[in-house]
Amino acid sequence: MNLRRLALILVPYLWLMGFFLVPFLIVVKIALSDTAIAIPPYWPVLDLSAGWTGIKEFFSELDLENFIFLTEDSLYWKSYLSSLQIATISTFLTLLVGYPIAYAMAQAPDEWRPTLMMLVILPFWTSFLIRVYSWVGIIANEGLLNQFLLWTGLISEPLQIMNTPTAVYIGIVYTYLPFMILPIYATLEKMDGSLIEAAVDLGCSRGKAFWLVTLPLSRPGMIAGCFLVFIPALGEFVIPSLLGGSQTLMIGKVLWEEFFSNRDWPVAAAVAVVLLLLLVIPIVLFQRNQQKQEEAGR
Amino acid sequence: MAEANPQKVFAPWEDPNQAPLIRFEGVTKKFGTFTAVDDLNLDIYRGEFFALLGPSGCGKTTLMRMLAGFEDPTMGKIWLDDVDVAPIPPNRRPVNMMFQSYALFPHLTVWDNIAFGLKRSDMPKDKIGDRVQEMLRLTRLEQFAKRKPHQISGGQRQRVALARSLAKAPKLLLLDEPLGALDKKLRQETQFELMDIQEKTGTTFVIVTHDQEEAMTVATRVAVMDHGKLVQVATPAGIYETPNSVYVADFIGEVNIIEGAAAPTGDGKVDIAFAEGAEPIHATIGEPVTAGQKVFFAIRPEKIHVGREPDPTRANRIRGKVHDIAYLGNISTYRVELETGQMISAQMTNARRLSRRDFTWEDEVWLSWTDTAGVVLTR
Repeated sequence: MNLRRLALILVPYLWLMGFFLVPFLIVVKIALSDTAIAIPPYWPVLDLSAGWTGIKEFFSELDLENFIFLTEDSLYWKSYLSSLQIATISTFLTLLVGYPIAYAMAQAPDEWRPTLMMLVILPFWTSFLIRVYSWVGIIANEGLLNQFLLWTGLISEPLQIMNTPTAVYIGIVYTYLPFMILPIYATLEKMDGSLIEAAVDLGCSRGKAFWLVTLPLSRPGMIAGCFLVFIPALGEFVIPSLLGGSQTLMIGKVLWEEFFSNRDWPVAAAVAVVLLLLLVIPIVLFQRNQQKQEEAGR
Repeated sequence: MAEANPQKVFAPWEDPNQAPLIRFEGVTKKFGTFTAVDDLNLDIYRGEFFALLGPSGCGKTTLMRMLAGFEDPTMGKIWLDDVDVAPIPPNRRPVNMMFQSYALFPHLTVWDNIAFGLKRSDMPKDKIGDRVQEMLRLTRLEQFAKRKPHQISGGQRQRVALARSLAKAPKLLLLDEPLGALDKKLRQETQFELMDIQEKTGTTFVIVTHDQEEAMTVATRVAVMDHGKLVQVATPAGIYETPNSVYVADFIGEVNIIEGAAAPTGDGKVDIAFAEGAEPIHATIGEPVTAGQKVFFAIRPEKIHVGREPDPTRANRIRGKVHDIAYLGNISTYRVELETGQMISAQMTNARRLSRRDFTWEDEVWLSWTDTAGVVLTR
């Protein structure tokens, strides 16, 4: 009985240990190492054959040098700040676009809902990379959007959208929209329609009823959606590198360049560790929110 | 009968000088091809506790939602206090509704739920607090004011819903199956509480229910509905004692229906031949019947006496065999098979201890009833 329970609990913990904690500790270890022209490109490497003295020597070689370096070069904190800004703004934009869609879906007749749901999920069936890349064809100077606007005569010069933060916003909002829509839709869909009728019956206009009842009750969905968008957007690499050009500073891109172009694994690892810490804070906040919701729901 | 003293009894529907609070005038409501309410006329008076009773899908909820303003009649007019309500949106009607699901706002406290409607009105802020307090007192919820709806019991939630819908002192309160979610014991207590509150506030209540017992308990008048039409509108006693059709008789309480051919015998009496070779049933008629007309004789089980011997003081005496006994403690229901094959339910109070009962299964018994115990129905 107790053994079975233990085994049940052990499975997810072993999984997390094996595929999250151990790799993370390796990354932390690399972040504390020095760059070396070697394979692997860092030093020291743990050599168990030297026994206890080897281990002691190994630990004495580790230092926080790389983390200190991150604070010295303004590129890093600027990238973190810029990433935070881009992630925050695009999360807000996604909420602005996603809420009305989720609301419309929840209001739609029952027989339409599976179709609408399908339409939201459908983009996932195409590769993420291809979907982001196809935006280049739309927003580039000679792309579909500019051609259309030039043709209508609204503009005489092509709009420079490509390689600007605007392009990154478009990319993130487009890509992460389903993650915003689905949790909001889930909360709106299970809401009792008679609540709105009750609000109207008690003297609210439809708009006021939405503001006083629907919006507060869909807050858990909005919070969940915002976290689901914000967290991956913060570390986003593909979208800024395909659409943002060299002007857009994002930490995901810096990380990639540090790792593949500079082959500076220790600094890249330090960047990753700091990014993870930046992400852990909102995740903890999110979980606390969830917990509160659960307690309130009981 | 209650009507014996007209000065004291509340019966505005019998006074031709009384103007109704609500008047339905030829109201029809169609959803696509389905007619939910069919050319309906009805007056409801100020201070009434009016029950709309019927099986699900009979149109009672649609009728109520039209009063609240959530549905518009396809045809006809609804008057509230001599005002045509058609152009008034639900949020401007002096009507409030208590929802079947209670529809309490889960993110607001009990206090804020009750204050919700008041805050939308032009009531000054300092008055709102007093009014909410008054409502909390009326529904005995004072100590729960700061709780959220999920932190209180079902019965308390029901009272919050009632307090919230009464807070704005509406001219008319609509209650949609208000006690449906409560267990039986709590439901019975709450019925009396509802009547109490209705009396205290003097508000006109219209209640929708499919529970005939509930309608009988609380209502001043009951409207029995079927397929979008009113079958009968009368006081609970009127509905029970003098149903106007087999449908009503069958819907309210238990009843034995015996089909037969009428043979009027003069001075308001009729003999009903219901089976070959059996003595006809002697009964009193309400509406005139012709000789040979097909009629239904309806009699409640408790109006039939079961005994070892025929009761010479009662006009009808029929022999049968006890087929089944349902012992309910205070009463027993006997299912008696007549020699002609009909099955008749008869109810007797268990005035004596069970061990002293002098007949049991398969025993021969006599069923006796007076000629005024049942009603003769033509439809």
